[in-house]
Parts: sequence; structure tokens; C-alpha cells
Amino acid sequence: MMAPVSAIMLSIDGSIAALFVIFGLGVMVSRQMLASLRFFMWQASALTASALALAYALQAVNLLWVALITFTTKVIAVPLVLRWAAGEEVYGRREVDQAMGIPASVLVAAMLALVGWFAVAPVLPTLHGVPFAAINLPTGLIMVLWGAFTVAVRRESVAQLMGLLIMENGAFFGSIAIVHNLTVIAEIAAAVDVPIVALVIGLLIRSIRRVTGSTRVGTLDKLHER
Amino acid sequence: MNADWLPVLILLVPLSGALLALLNRRAAPYFSVLAAFITLLLGISAAWHVEAQGPIHASDGLFALDALGALYLLPVCFVYFTSSLYAIGYLWARKQEQASDEAEPRYRQYFPLMNVFALVILAVPLVANLALMWIAIELTTVFSAFLVAYEDRAEALEAAWKYVALTSMGAMIALLGVLMLYYGTHAAGQAPTWNGLLRAAPHMSAPLLLLAFVLWLIGFGAKTGLVPMHTWLPDAHSQAPASVCAVLSGVETSAALYMLLRIYPALAANPGIHDPAAWYMTAGLITVGSAAFMLLQVHDFKRMFAYSTIEHMGIILTACGIGAAVHEQGTVYQLFAHGFTKSFCFFAAGLAGIIFGTQEIAKVRGLISRSPAAGWALVLGTLAIAGAPPFALFLSEFEILYTGYSSGQYLPTGLLTAFIVIAFIALAYQATRIAFGAPDNIPEQHTAPTIKIPRSSLAAMAIAFIPMFVFGFYLPAPLLHLVHEAALMLEVPA
Repeated sequence: MMAPVSAIMLSIDGSIAALFVIFGLGVMVSRQMLASLRFFMWQASALTASALALAYALQAVNLLWVALITFTTKVIAVPLVLRWAAGEEVYGRREVDQAMGIPASVLVAAMLALVGWFAVAPVLPTLHGVPFAAINLPTGLIMVLWGAFTVAVRRESVAQLMGLLIMENGAFFGSIAIVHNLTVIAEIAAAVDVPIVALVIGLLIRSIRRVTGSTRVGTLDKLHER
Repeated sequence: MNADWLPVLILLVPLSGALLALLNRRAAPYFSVLAAFITLLLGISAAWHVEAQGPIHASDGLFALDALGALYLLPVCFVYFTSSLYAIGYLWARKQEQASDEAEPRYRQYFPLMNVFALVILAVPLVANLALMWIAIELTTVFSAFLVAYEDRAEALEAAWKYVALTSMGAMIALLGVLMLYYGTHAAGQAPTWNGLLRAAPHMSAPLLLLAFVLWLIGFGAKTGLVPMHTWLPDAHSQAPASVCAVLSGVETSAALYMLLRIYPALAANPGIHDPAAWYMTAGLITVGSAAFMLLQVHDFKRMFAYSTIEHMGIILTACGIGAAVHEQGTVYQLFAHGFTKSFCFFAAGLAGIIFGTQEIAKVRGLISRSPAAGWALVLGTLAIAGAPPFALFLSEFEILYTGYSSGQYLPTGLLTAFIVIAFIALAYQATRIAFGAPDNIPEQHTAPTIKIPRSSLAAMAIAFIPMFVFGFYLPAPLLHLVHEAALMLEVPA
């Protein structure tokens, strides 16, 4: 059982969660590649803010690590990696191809939010001693679903990478409310994991651009069962 | 030697292999084979120790190896070794074959990457912490992406991208499940390890445990190739070199399946979760059934073996559900035997591809007359993977079906039998066409100059054939004991 926290901290975390969702929606529906990347960076900043708020409210020193790792890897390292790997594609004014229009995407996002909420709803009463779980856990799961949806409908490699990264943001946003004690080794490994994933995917994007002349993966459709 | 050092050494040797391969490109293939061979010896020592003296716990709980982990570790070490040996001649032959192509294969990157890829697969059964296991599984995708894209052509990059996008998406979904289990074990005062999870499971909130499992099933299911998240698998296998396919199909897909198997006893131990075996049987049967029918219409022999992998992942998952309340020897033995059997199949397929210059089944006929070694290897490998006697997988599939029928689970076992038979017919039909079909019937015979089959590849196939064949009728007593101990870890008496 964790110590009760003040209503102010709950409302701060709730506000951060709202921003986290808005930035996630931004990643999902923005038409410009650069806008998508910026929304991702803002979302990672919101995750950092939530980790700091929870660290203060719960006196959980390990969450300070999470905040530091998140900010360093996602707000600083990932954009640098992407600038190096696919700079022209990301930082030029490039419109993102997608299989589904924006209004339909928003509608699906709303449905996925409902799915996420109903999936977590039975779990929440069992976490009555965990103060921020009711805010962070559903928000995190919804973001995981939105990220998966983004990967599915975007036909652009960088935009799909953004989808993967907001899924990871979602997983961490959900879990910082319930897990404050990842062992140091796991935290360091997680810190290394994100830049490595971004670097390798960035290299793959670079190869795709070199060979096909574009980072549009929607045009890669030669492999299928005849 | 103190067994506590074995897990660390098993991970250090491939790392050294990767570094040496980076430093000396010319000798990289030989460093890789040496590293893989030492790893195999260390893996056998570790498994032997676990069988004789029980689980290994090392480095203050950072590493742990129990019977199920050891039984999975053995094929990983074995396939790492045979694949490294096979790659020496195979990649050289492919380079010769594609000398005129514009695309330059990533030959220089192959051996360092393969060693790191093996390292992260080896870490899955060796690390004790659930979060570290997840990281290891995530990194298997990352380090193998460029092995899949070895050819550096648009098709290979397409396959690599689908592989990375789908399996990384799965990994992110599984991550939330991992962290939920972290909370569950911590709340029950246990460490986030398999043993801790088992002890915590009866006290965990059932909805939390179930949600974590569903996230694992979807997330790790994508990596395992469970239908409908399987679409990356045939594409990646059709494009990756055969030596990479052997590792991908033989042991990498099973890494995620290993996680799904290990969570089963925790689900069964929770009083609030009713009949978790049904989840396994349902997901498994959908996968086996879909793969069996896809095998009927396949046109590419490497895709054929990829669908066979999907089928086998489904068989193992179904078997876990069927055997849970009875006994799981068939399940764990299938996990063990699939590794080296499937790698043998891809070795044979790789040689067939070199000989004919194509993977299209319709264009490949009379393989036995062109190359008896490759032809017979393909036929025997296909029969072995289809579950024909006297090969190792026959033993496990017979055990699974016997368990199902003898425990009165007629419907799932009947469906599983039907799907296995369909897959058997499809595989046997395609293999006989490839091996025995008349070469004269093909209007456009491949006219490339005859390529001599590399000796290292033949040697790797000969080594891979031994367990595939011998373990079908003879299991050394320590291995049998290990299988029995591993099975006990999944069994939950009704």
C-alpha cells in the first residue's frame, strides 16, 4: 500500500496525461513529417514531466532516473539520430502518405481509446492503493493502441518509427504509476535500448532511401503470396 | 569450473567473436565458427550441470538457468554453431552467383552482426530479470534486421522493414505486460523472475495478470509468428540468406514462444483465471490451421519452410494447452527438436537456391539429379519437419497427440491431427516435386554455371542431421532427464 497523495498532485498528473494524449494524437494525425517528430518530442517531454511529478509525490528516486533517461534518449538522442539517418525526409517539408484519412483516423482513435479504457477498467479496482494508476495506466494502454494504429496506417518509414516510439512512451507512461523499482541494470539497459532501436531503424530507413529513392515504405509491396 | 561463471561466459564468447570479426574482416568467418563452437561446448556444460545439480543462479541473481531454459539453450547454441559453419561457404557461393548484380551484399557486416544476434538470443534463457528478457527479445529484432536485409535490394529491405515494424510493435505491446508483471511480483514481495512470478501468481490480481498475459500473447505472438501477426515471417525468410533463416526460424521465433510457455504455470496458479489452457489451444489451433492451408498454395520453397515454422509455433502452443493438466514432454521436446530440424531444412533450401538460382518451386525440378546431396537433404529435412518417423519431431508430435487423445481432449487433438496431416501432405508433395520432378519438363532451366556445393555448408548439414535423426529413436539419459524436468515446470495438475 502506497502513501496517499494530495489532490493537487493528482490533478497535475491528470493535466500532464491530457497533454500526453493530445501530443499522441498529434503524432497520429499530423500531415507533415517534421510536425509528427515535434509532437513526439513534446509527448516524451510530457512523459518526463509525469515521471518527475510521480517521483516527487511518491518519493520514488528511481523515477528520477526514468525522467532523465526519457529526456536524454527521446527528446535529445532520437531526433539527432533521425536527422542523421533521414534528415532531408524529416526536416524538409514532406507530407506523410497514409492509408486512411485524418477524420477516419480520429474516429478509429476514439474507438481505440474506448477499447483501452474497457481493457484496463477491471484492473483498476484491484490497484486501489496505487494513487496514479487510474490516470496513467489507461492513458498508457490507449497510447500503445494508438501507436500500433499509427504504424498500421502510415506508409512512411519515419512516421511508422514515430508510431513505435509513442507505443514505448505509452508503455512507460502506464507503468511509471505502478513500477518504481526497476532494477538499475534494467533501467540502464532500457536507456540503451531506445537509442539502439532508433539508430538501427534509422539506418534501415537510410538504406531504404538509398535503394528506392524515398522513405515511403507504402511503395514496398513486391512481397506477397501469389 | 564453477558453474556460476557459465552464463557469463556463454554471453562473453559471442561478444568476443563479434569484436574479433569486426577487427579482422578476413578471418571473421573463422572467428565466428570458433566462438560458436566454444559457446556450444559451454552450453552443453551448463545444461549438463542443470540436469545433474539443479538450476544455476549466478551474479547475485542477474543470471539463472533452469531445466526449461537449458533445454532451449541447447538448440540455440547448436544452431548458432552450424549456421556459422554453413555461412562460410554458402555466402561465398552466393557472392559468386550474384557477382554481376548491382546490389552489393552486406558481407562485411554479416559475421559481427550474426555473433551479436546469437548473443541476444542466448541471453533470453540466461538472464533472470523479466525486463532484461524483454530487452533481449527486442534486441534480437534490432540486430537481425540487417541480416534479413543482407542482399540490400528493394525486396530484402521491404522484408526487413516489415519484420522490424511488426515485431517491434509486438515488443512494445509486450513491454506494458512485462511492466505489469513487474508490479504484480513486487506487490507480492517477490523478485521479477520466473520463480518470483510463480510464487506471486496466486496472490496477484487476476484481471492484472490476465491483461498482462493478453498483452504478451499479442506482443510476443507477433514475434513468434502467431496468425494473424505472422505476415512478416514468410517475407523475411524468402529474402534472408539461408544461414540467417536457420537461426530466425529455428531459434529466434521460439525465444518469444519460450516466454509465452513460461507464463503458463503462473496463469494456472492464479485462482481467478479460469482455464488458461483454452487461450493456448485457441491461439495455437488458429495458427496451425492457417499455416497448414497456406502451405498448400505456396510457390517459394523458403516461404514453404517459413509457413512450416508458423505451423510448428502453433503446434507447440496448442500442445502446451493440451498437455498442461497431463504432461508436457511433447511440448518441450517439440520446442527443442524444432530448432535443429528447421535449421537443417533451411540449409538444404539454401543449397537448392544456389544450384537453381531461384526459389520458385515451379522452376525447380530434379534437384536430386542435379545434386544428390542437396536433393536428399531437402527430402529428408522436409520429411523430418513434417513429423515423419524416425525423426525427432515424430516423437514429439506423437507424444502430443497421444497425450491429447488419452486425456479425452478429442476436439482440439482431432483438429490438431487434421492440420498436421494437411501440412504433412503439402510439404511432402512440394518436396517430391522439387527433388524428383523431371528436369526436362522445365522450359527455362537455370543456365548459370554449375556451382560446387561448399564443403563447410555440407559439413554443417551433416552435423545438423545427427540430432535430427538420432534423437528420433535414442535420447541419452541426461537429455531425457532434462526433458522430463523441463516438462514438469509447465505441468499444472488439474
